[in-house]
Amino acid sequence: MASAGLRTLISRTCVFSLGRRELSCSSKAFQKTQPITTEPSNNNHDILYGPDHLQMRDSLRKIIEKDINPYVDEWENKKAFPAHKVFKILGDNGFLGVNKPVEYGGLGLDYSYSAAVAEELGNINCGAVPMAIGVQTDMATPALAKFGSDKLKQEFLAPSISGDKVACLGVSEVGSGSDVASIKTRAARKGDDLIINGGKMWTTNGAQADWMCCLVNTSEGKPHMNKSLVCLPMNSPGITVAKKIEKIGMWSSDTAQIFFEDVRVPKSHIIGEEGQGFTYQMIQFQEERLFAGLLALVPLEKMIADTIAYTRERKVFGKPVLDNQTVHFTLAELQTELELLRSAVYRAVALYIKGQDVTNLASMCKLKAGRLLREGSDKCLQYWGGMGFTQDVLISRMYRDMRLVSIGGGADEVMLSIICKFMDTLPKPGK
Amino acid sequence: MSGLRVIVGCKRVIDYAVKIRVKPDKTGVITDGVKHSMNPFDEIAVEEAVRMKEKKLASEVIAVSCGPIQCQETLRTAMAMGADKSIHVEVDAATYENLQPLHVAKILSKVAQEEKADIVFTGKQAIDDDCNQTGQMVAALLDWPQATFASKIEKANGELTVTREIDGGLETIKVQVPAVLTADLRLNEPRYATLPNIMKAKKKPMAKKKPADYGVDVGPRQSILKVEDPPVRQAGSKLDSVETLVTKLRDAGLVPS
Repeated sequence: MASAGLRTLISRTCVFSLGRRELSCSSKAFQKTQPITTEPSNNNHDILYGPDHLQMRDSLRKIIEKDINPYVDEWENKKAFPAHKVFKILGDNGFLGVNKPVEYGGLGLDYSYSAAVAEELGNINCGAVPMAIGVQTDMATPALAKFGSDKLKQEFLAPSISGDKVACLGVSEVGSGSDVASIKTRAARKGDDLIINGGKMWTTNGAQADWMCCLVNTSEGKPHMNKSLVCLPMNSPGITVAKKIEKIGMWSSDTAQIFFEDVRVPKSHIIGEEGQGFTYQMIQFQEERLFAGLLALVPLEKMIADTIAYTRERKVFGKPVLDNQTVHFTLAELQTELELLRSAVYRAVALYIKGQDVTNLASMCKLKAGRLLREGSDKCLQYWGGMGFTQDVLISRMYRDMRLVSIGGGADEVMLSIICKFMDTLPKPGK
Repeated sequence: MSGLRVIVGCKRVIDYAVKIRVKPDKTGVITDGVKHSMNPFDEIAVEEAVRMKEKKLASEVIAVSCGPIQCQETLRTAMAMGADKSIHVEVDAATYENLQPLHVAKILSKVAQEEKADIVFTGKQAIDDDCNQTGQMVAALLDWPQATFASKIEKANGELTVTREIDGGLETIKVQVPAVLTADLRLNEPRYATLPNIMKAKKKPMAKKKPADYGVDVGPRQSILKVEDPPVRQAGSKLDSVETLVTKLRDAGLVPS
């Protein structure tokens, strides 16, 4: 099947027929149609990554180059990607449970390894697939791994780590995005069960998921103390995946609107303590924000490098576009900001590993990542001229996909509010 | 024939996807800061050796690499793929520039003798120099049979049946063990080094040696005069008939009139 992928391409270029053989099936045999013109900047990574991390990234890069990137264009056109297939490959190779407990199939490594995986996922030629993987590893499962019962972890965490089950995160609703505390989905108690009514919105992986990490109101009372996270099997009666939302970017990702009508789930499916759901979700957000910062690094590096390569070849008025000072200076500015973002992200990761709360720094990283991706993709696209406006080039897809970063996973405005809270500059509630 | 001991030669080369650039002083290609990986044909050899172990044909797989300290990364990858242990024969960077297949073959032969190997397995050639010599030289030095360009290896009553890819097609031969094998492209598809195996590989032993330990002199036998980019390909021209083609060839003196 399609699993032969790149190797099949290679075997064909090194065509073997009777009486005629490519004598040196060497470098050419393994080279893709275009050699990459940028070498990865290994020198930046010493501060956070050691030889193990780099070896791990190499392994993941091979999977991306063989089992993911060759199919991205097709998935973008189909507006769907096979999550079960892709996650199984990643799970088989240990990449979905890097910092998850060993008892459930994880590797029990510290967060620096998760960071290395997150950064490496930036080599995928679209935003949708890394985002879907991030939901599986850093958004729907951290609370379960930290606070869930053994039984819940066996049923939901272990298969998510092995890639056998696809997870999604149900937090946002039609009426509640940034204002998480205002969600309306309720779980009423009936004997030993919860009966869930309501709905979720913007659910990444929602149409393919086997289970949802679902934030629901489980009691009356203060909005920060009355919610719980529940492991919800997506084949439960009463769950309707109403529609896949048509978006301007992230096309391979199925983003669903979901309705719950008297959905029954045992109360043992509550992760950790009832009423602590909001707190757990806030804890999960730190890793989600770090993930966004890490995921931005490679796409930024790539878009700058690709733009340099293009503008070096493209001639306008008899000379390369790159020769114009405004072009190479602007790219230098973007490169500078990229390195500054990298420093902030690595610093946040390093402090997080030491056990520090990095809510403030992680929020800043996400804020900057979203904005730099917008600024960078916009400026780079301009230098691509007409070609930048076509579907034939990667920059246009990045322009569309990366626009989401400032909105999803905590909008820029929410990040700013968090930072202001730390700066103690928010207006005091009136008397 | 149970439990063959397999030595696999792994060369660290510039990654196949990298655009090669010649050094400004034309003494070689730029290697500093450039991505390197295991020679793809050697990866195929490692994979085959590991599969032989899984099929209980082989009892131990030992990866060997000759070169500077960075070769240890290559060996770690081999161990992450399933090699049991590895040997790094360290050669300093300057000497490495002039290291030739004959030097490596001498080292591998001595390693094979010391480790009491039954099989020496390498990729058919390295993608940087395309020499296609090391395996054959090892066989000559050890006076072992060789089965090069292997695209299929099977066991058959105490011998190996190997299908080779040759100019005329496919050739199937039988070789007695001990033997030298070199891997061709279609032998197998190498597995990924999974994350758990990368972590496990850290505990596997890696011996550090020098060519002198094997009594091999790695002094240069040749010197590089100049390294240049291949000439830029000239544009071709479309011709309308065979007659025009023949005339052009005659005018260029390429065909006797």
